[in-house]
Amino acid sequence: MLASLWASRSVNQVRGVMVAGASILLALSVYLTIDYIGLRQAGATGEMLFTASTVWYAPLHICYSVGVDGISVAMLLLSSIIVFTGTFASWKLQPLTKEYFLWFTLLSVGVFGFFISTDLFTMFMFYEVALIPMYLLIGVWGSGRKEYAAMKLTLMLMGGSAFLLIGILGIFYGAGGETMNLLEIAKLHIPHEMQRIFFPLIFLGFGVLGALFPFHTWSPDGHASAPTAVSMLHAGVLMKLGGYGCFRVAMYLMPEGAAMWGDVFLILTTISVVYGAFSAVVQTDLKYINAYSSVSHCGLVLFALLMMTRTSCTGAILQMLSHGLMTALFFALIGMIYGRTHTRDVRLMGGLMKIMPFLAVGYVIAGLANLGLPGLSGFVAEMTIFVGSFQNDDTFHRVCTLVTTTSIVITAVYILRVVGKILYGKVVNPEHLKLTDATWDERVAVICLIACVAGLGLAPFWMSDLISNSVEPIISQLLN
Amino acid sequence: MMDITAILHMHAELSLTAVFILMFLLDLFLPAQQRHWLRPMACILLTIQLLANLWPEEVILFGGMYHSTPMASILKSILTIGTILVFLQADTWLRRGDTRHKQGEFYILTLSTLLGMYFMVSAGHFLLFFLGLELATVPMACLVAFDKYKGHSAEAGAKFILSALFSSGIFLYGISMIYGTAGTLYFEDIPAGLTGSPLQILALVFFFSGLAFKLSLVPFHLWTADTYQGAPTSVSAYLSVISKGAAAFALMTILMKVFAPMTEQWSEMLCIIIVATITIANLFAIRQSNLKRFMAFSSISQAGYIMLAVLAGTPQGMASLVYYIVVYIAANLAVFGVINAIEQHTHGKVEREDYNGLYKTNPKLTMVMTLALFSLAGIPPFAGFFSKFFVFMAAFHSGYYIIVFIALVNTIISLYYYLLIVKAMFITPNDKPVGNFRTATPMRISLLICVAGIFVLGILSGIYQLLNDTAML
Repeated sequence: MLASLWASRSVNQVRGVMVAGASILLALSVYLTIDYIGLRQAGATGEMLFTASTVWYAPLHICYSVGVDGISVAMLLLSSIIVFTGTFASWKLQPLTKEYFLWFTLLSVGVFGFFISTDLFTMFMFYEVALIPMYLLIGVWGSGRKEYAAMKLTLMLMGGSAFLLIGILGIFYGAGGETMNLLEIAKLHIPHEMQRIFFPLIFLGFGVLGALFPFHTWSPDGHASAPTAVSMLHAGVLMKLGGYGCFRVAMYLMPEGAAMWGDVFLILTTISVVYGAFSAVVQTDLKYINAYSSVSHCGLVLFALLMMTRTSCTGAILQMLSHGLMTALFFALIGMIYGRTHTRDVRLMGGLMKIMPFLAVGYVIAGLANLGLPGLSGFVAEMTIFVGSFQNDDTFHRVCTLVTTTSIVITAVYILRVVGKILYGKVVNPEHLKLTDATWDERVAVICLIACVAGLGLAPFWMSDLISNSVEPIISQLLN
Repeated sequence: MMDITAILHMHAELSLTAVFILMFLLDLFLPAQQRHWLRPMACILLTIQLLANLWPEEVILFGGMYHSTPMASILKSILTIGTILVFLQADTWLRRGDTRHKQGEFYILTLSTLLGMYFMVSAGHFLLFFLGLELATVPMACLVAFDKYKGHSAEAGAKFILSALFSSGIFLYGISMIYGTAGTLYFEDIPAGLTGSPLQILALVFFFSGLAFKLSLVPFHLWTADTYQGAPTSVSAYLSVISKGAAAFALMTILMKVFAPMTEQWSEMLCIIIVATITIANLFAIRQSNLKRFMAFSSISQAGYIMLAVLAGTPQGMASLVYYIVVYIAANLAVFGVINAIEQHTHGKVEREDYNGLYKTNPKLTMVMTLALFSLAGIPPFAGFFSKFFVFMAAFHSGYYIIVFIALVNTIISLYYYLLIVKAMFITPNDKPVGNFRTATPMRISLLICVAGIFVLGILSGIYQLLNDTAML
């Protein structure tokens, strides 16, 4: 696909290739999901399915090995949906369209590669592949303080990856230096002291990407400055890399480390959740509101993972999906509104419901999903998380859970405030009356995302079954 | 009595000498209007020399005075490839009016430094090593001062020769102490005589400082920035990759082989030097606006990363070191190539601001530069990522966790300043960017090879495999 993008000359060709590529990707992911469920029902018992492995650097035991389980299938589905809709959301992007989609595709390559890798080295490689295009995507096509934001984001995330790299080397040599394969390392035992040192490194490394307090500061600036589709992909998928990595690498491979450090990180994630929500309340820029809301929701993912019960971890993965979808929807809508009003300041907008009803309704739905209205995806995920978290019967975990649940209320505050202010109420700027509603490409993106959000909310069980079966081996590893 | 025909077994050195003599004769006898054949001739002859010596083999001559390991012959081939690339890049510069009449000298001087490096990497005796070192250094000073009517270049040459001679002096003093305490200068025999006495430690320090000058490790780096800035860009490129690669390899073999009984002492020393080198060079690089100066600091910090492999002191480290050098040659020569092309086209623009908005006018050059910078910064899927990873892995395997961590944090700093250039080219607007131009064909070829290297070296694992197998021998 990258190759065909290189080849295409005109803007229209680029768009055509991109849509075709993204659609194929989506179709493949759907096919993969169906196939995966089919195989599971047929009684396939391997921890990972569709595995393949090629030796790459034999002296260093590096293989290019891939495989998927329920969690990665869910993540792949999510990524392909967002790439698909992101393509439509950046339909009219003007300068240097071809380069934009090239980097965008490279970013997606990184994301997909990350989710299917079962080898620590390739996983790390794809992780970094996914990070670096962000710099140019934000720096060239962004808005506002884009250069500052792009640099901050890249450096912070790369800083995280420095932690990761040393952690990965630690795991590799801790497990005897014989294999880089995740599944094989999980069977080996990493010495106690090694786990104590390297668990926090890995967790922090991925945590930076998962917007763990106090390493979340790149996220609001980055999201606010990025072009629409990049915000979507970034908040929707890239931040999930953090959660996925924490779960798959840090907790799965180093359960003792998780037991030792769990409480410390739990406090940090609790702060993330509540602090993110409170910060969102005082913002006036739509993107900042949503970025802080992402900090809060991604904090919830890490929080649920650290609760270490089967239900809460399933909830965490569901939350990744749900947050990915609805935040992408949010950023898409914000981008479209901004494209019309040329402002994202809440105070300068009002009464948009009458002017652009389609976008406004979409915004309301996204908002309701965000604050956890039953029937939409947010409810399912958060419910599962809190029920799962409460299964821990000691005071510390329960207090944390209680504190975290307050975020639901705070979320309602900032969502309803924004919805009330910009969609209803008086038209603040008479210029806005001339604006038009969504065009067809925007409608495709929005409808597609809303369908997914609602689908996940109305029929969550096939997805949660898919996930929770795969969570099982990791949890049992943790509890032993 | 030594058999004089033994000298015939030094294939690589002999053939390079032959190339050197041929070039010398050509330079003498070619009529003025035929002189443009010099560059293609140099490249072709070197390529033939390269192909003839491609097969790695072990040669021990003169009772161990000359000892070429398979790894050393691989490194020689790598250095030769790098030199060919530099020749290709130097073309435009050598065609200029003020240098045209002496272009033959450029090739001859460069080839003789290359010959010196050959001897450095395959020496089995400190005297031969010293000869190689000097042969690699003195012509280099002439090269640095090649544009002798430019104040900068002459100044750089003077600085280079003074610091080089000073370091040679120190180095020689160190060797004399080794001879005094161990009673021999053969690499094979010295370890038996090493006891770790204070005088030997002093000898180690002196020897090390001598080579650290060549590698421009902190605190012996002070000549680097001025020299790189003043020297013609092709020479800076040559200096930054080829001579650094040879010196790093020689340092590692000697530390591993000769100073094996004193591993504890030198690894401790190396730890401090590495941390200082990487950190200080990175911090200084941030402030540079002249790209050649900037690349000087960048290459100092890269030398620090190379030293991580030396620190590892294992065959794995050796393989990573040579691999790092290959990748570094590809990436660094690509950067210098672009700098060179733009400098020649615009008559001397090498400031970062001159690169603002370059993407709009010269997208291809910009892409080459970006890829190369990403590779230098260690971003996948480019080769630099792999080489950095392997170096870290080697050092980590030997137990230097903290050093690896500090080096990793430093990669973030380095990413910052590499991104500054990317930002200038892609993001910063400019009313008067460098105009669109077509680079000369030789330069294109060399850039193409470099870019191919940046892509292929990482993805294909064969090269590392080969190096690893060789190192394990």
